[in-house]
Amino acid sequence: MAYVPLADQDDAHALHDPQSFVTKYIWSQDHKVIAIQYGGTAIFVGLIALGLSILMRLQIGFPDTVSFIDPAFYYQAVTMHGMIMVIYLLTALFLGGFGNYLVPLMCGTRDMVFPFLNMLSFWFYLLSVIILLASFFVPGGPTGAGWTLYAPQSISQGTPGHEGGILLMLISLAVFIVAFTMGGLNYVTTILQARTRGMTLMRLPLSIWGIFTATVLGLFAFPALLVSAIMLGFDLVLGTSFFMPAMMQLGEQSSYDGGSPILFQHLFWFFGHPEVYIVALPAFGLVSDVIATHARKNIFGYRMMVWAIIAIGGLSFMVWAHHMYVSGMNPYFGFFFATTTLIIAVPTALKVYNWVLTLWQGNIRLNTPMLFAIGFIFTFIHGGLTGLFLGNVIIDIPLADTYFVVAHFHMVMGVSPVLVVFAALYHWYPKITGRMYNETMGKVHFWCTFLGTYAIYLPMHYLGFLGMPRRYFEMGNTDFVPATAQALNANITLAAIFVAIAQVLFFINIFWSLRSGEKASGNPWGATTLEWQTPDTPPKHGNWGPELPSVYRWAYDYSVPGQKQDFIPQNEPGEEYEKTHHTKGAH
Amino acid sequence: MSLLNDVTNKPWDEVGLPDGIEPKPVFSVSDERVALTVFLIIVSVVFSLLLVSYYIRMQLGDWVPMLLPDQLLLNTGALVLGSIFMQLAVAASRREAVVGLAKGAGLLFLLGGLFTIAFVAGQYQVWDQLAASGQGVRTNPSNSFFYLLTFVHVLHLLGGLWVWSRAEIRIAHGATSHDIQQSIRLCAIYWHFLLAIWVGLFVLMSYT
Repeated sequence: MAYVPLADQDDAHALHDPQSFVTKYIWSQDHKVIAIQYGGTAIFVGLIALGLSILMRLQIGFPDTVSFIDPAFYYQAVTMHGMIMVIYLLTALFLGGFGNYLVPLMCGTRDMVFPFLNMLSFWFYLLSVIILLASFFVPGGPTGAGWTLYAPQSISQGTPGHEGGILLMLISLAVFIVAFTMGGLNYVTTILQARTRGMTLMRLPLSIWGIFTATVLGLFAFPALLVSAIMLGFDLVLGTSFFMPAMMQLGEQSSYDGGSPILFQHLFWFFGHPEVYIVALPAFGLVSDVIATHARKNIFGYRMMVWAIIAIGGLSFMVWAHHMYVSGMNPYFGFFFATTTLIIAVPTALKVYNWVLTLWQGNIRLNTPMLFAIGFIFTFIHGGLTGLFLGNVIIDIPLADTYFVVAHFHMVMGVSPVLVVFAALYHWYPKITGRMYNETMGKVHFWCTFLGTYAIYLPMHYLGFLGMPRRYFEMGNTDFVPATAQALNANITLAAIFVAIAQVLFFINIFWSLRSGEKASGNPWGATTLEWQTPDTPPKHGNWGPELPSVYRWAYDYSVPGQKQDFIPQNEPGEEYEKTHHTKGAH
Repeated sequence: MSLLNDVTNKPWDEVGLPDGIEPKPVFSVSDERVALTVFLIIVSVVFSLLLVSYYIRMQLGDWVPMLLPDQLLLNTGALVLGSIFMQLAVAASRREAVVGLAKGAGLLFLLGGLFTIAFVAGQYQVWDQLAASGQGVRTNPSNSFFYLLTFVHVLHLLGGLWVWSRAEIRIAHGATSHDIQQSIRLCAIYWHFLLAIWVGLFVLMSYT
């Protein structure tokens, strides 16, 4: 059958503007509306997870002052906080939110290639969120098994939420995976097939490379979570013994026999480790574009950045068992996985160097998005270095299950991606809404968040060295943890409350600016990429007016010598801006 | 390899439209075909992970191979027929797209789906019989895996049947075979793929 490239299919697409409120904002097939729906839902559940973390911190910092936090509730809060933050907030926000918004705009298309599937993807995601939140209201409450849901404990009696919460969690995950698959097929196909004329792969902004690779990782890693969820569901509902060993439950021999808990851990982490990069790679991409734009400089080592993203994506499937050094698996495995873990640090470090070298001698504008982006470089280096400690078996064993681990992964995949989320939200806010945010408020928000999170997580490293175990409801009589640790814990809790309250600034800013912010021009940052070159701001349905853009150059023509302005948009034809003096490294 | 060239060229050196005024997709097939191919890879990952689990669980000592009921052969036959009719529908729709008839391809396509529904019903019957004869899901890990693998396989078939039913609705509303030629072809690919997976699973479970 004849193949018709998307760009050549007539422009009638743009004429079918949805008319009614319902088709425009509710059952919308427009990628921009779906992106906002995804983003709004993700931030909403993220706020619930933030609230849960404050309750946890209250218990640790000021034990037994809040009457309704009992051990069961504490574990439920730990579990839901982790699961929501990793999957329902970060994965959904980066790929469903930013992916949906930026992929068609940056590739120069009118929409995703399968808009209906895209809409279904959001509604399945919303369904998964509703199922997840419903588990708060079933008898026994949500599961308290920890976000890793390790068998056998996750489905055994005595674990909070074993009555119904765990089943809802498994169903919710399965629905989420279906939603992600529908969205992911869209992003991958759109990026591979529907780029506008002139948009070669190597002219794509790094945001798209990050989102693309993360989507591919997600498509191949989520099946591992799906398989473990289905098998765990069988063990739970039908009483099979895939993962469940013979054991005593509440003093009685359970009916399970012979299953392998380690198998669950392997399956879970075969998903779980790529998941770290599903969150990190879009962040890497978005932050690269924010840094290049606000440093007025081309990204240092564009090709290396692309290859590093791909290399990290490939390697991320070969490191999963570094989460399992203390699980009792074969020690030779540990040696192998420690090696691959150190290898994956190479492309990651390369990216960090390139961000720093992009800043070097740049014409840096220290506005809010840039502050968040530079803050990300700090927290990411910090979390990356502690990762090198934990990646080595011999150092991991004494540190496993202490607060050092908590500090590490919050720094590297909690704080760092969230700083990028803020950088990106502030950066693209003028395009999404057509208004500027309040710069002063944004800067205050940054400093409160950045310094505040350091006040939370830096002391945790020290607590970890002391041996303070994670996941404990209260310390009890632990001689090796000195009493002064309690003072530190109280301070961490106060810092956490401070950071949580500081986020109010962000919400005031974005909602206030929606109506009262200064009107934004189409390209307020002087950026080169296509989404800033749309005829309307915010872009209308169909994005590009009557004709699709043509792309004549790469995404990073900033401060090209001899030009009248310090950026050349990607859709600017060549004649006017001959690259006569444009040599590598000259600027 | 052009893909390799694409990701190794130096984009900063070049201004203009390197591929002329035509947009250049990575693969010169339809978007739906690309999405289906990616989806088939995902499904392969799902079944590979199940097979790895199968292998690991087998080693744990309490494994007793399961005697599979003969009806599975009959079911397999239905699935094979489904695939054959799908392939015939593809050929017919190609011929008819030239000549302009719609009925033949539509009928073959319908049969392809119906035989698959027969397979699903047959699998349900097998579960029923096995459970009635004391071969429940908990009897042995090999039984558990039999139910698990057939269940996941049937789920994938149902997904295919959903797409198939949407194409059938379009045919009922008078779509010509030219219009749904692509749907028929993509369904056929998916049908063959799931048939191959089923045969693989069937052989594996018969001998272990």
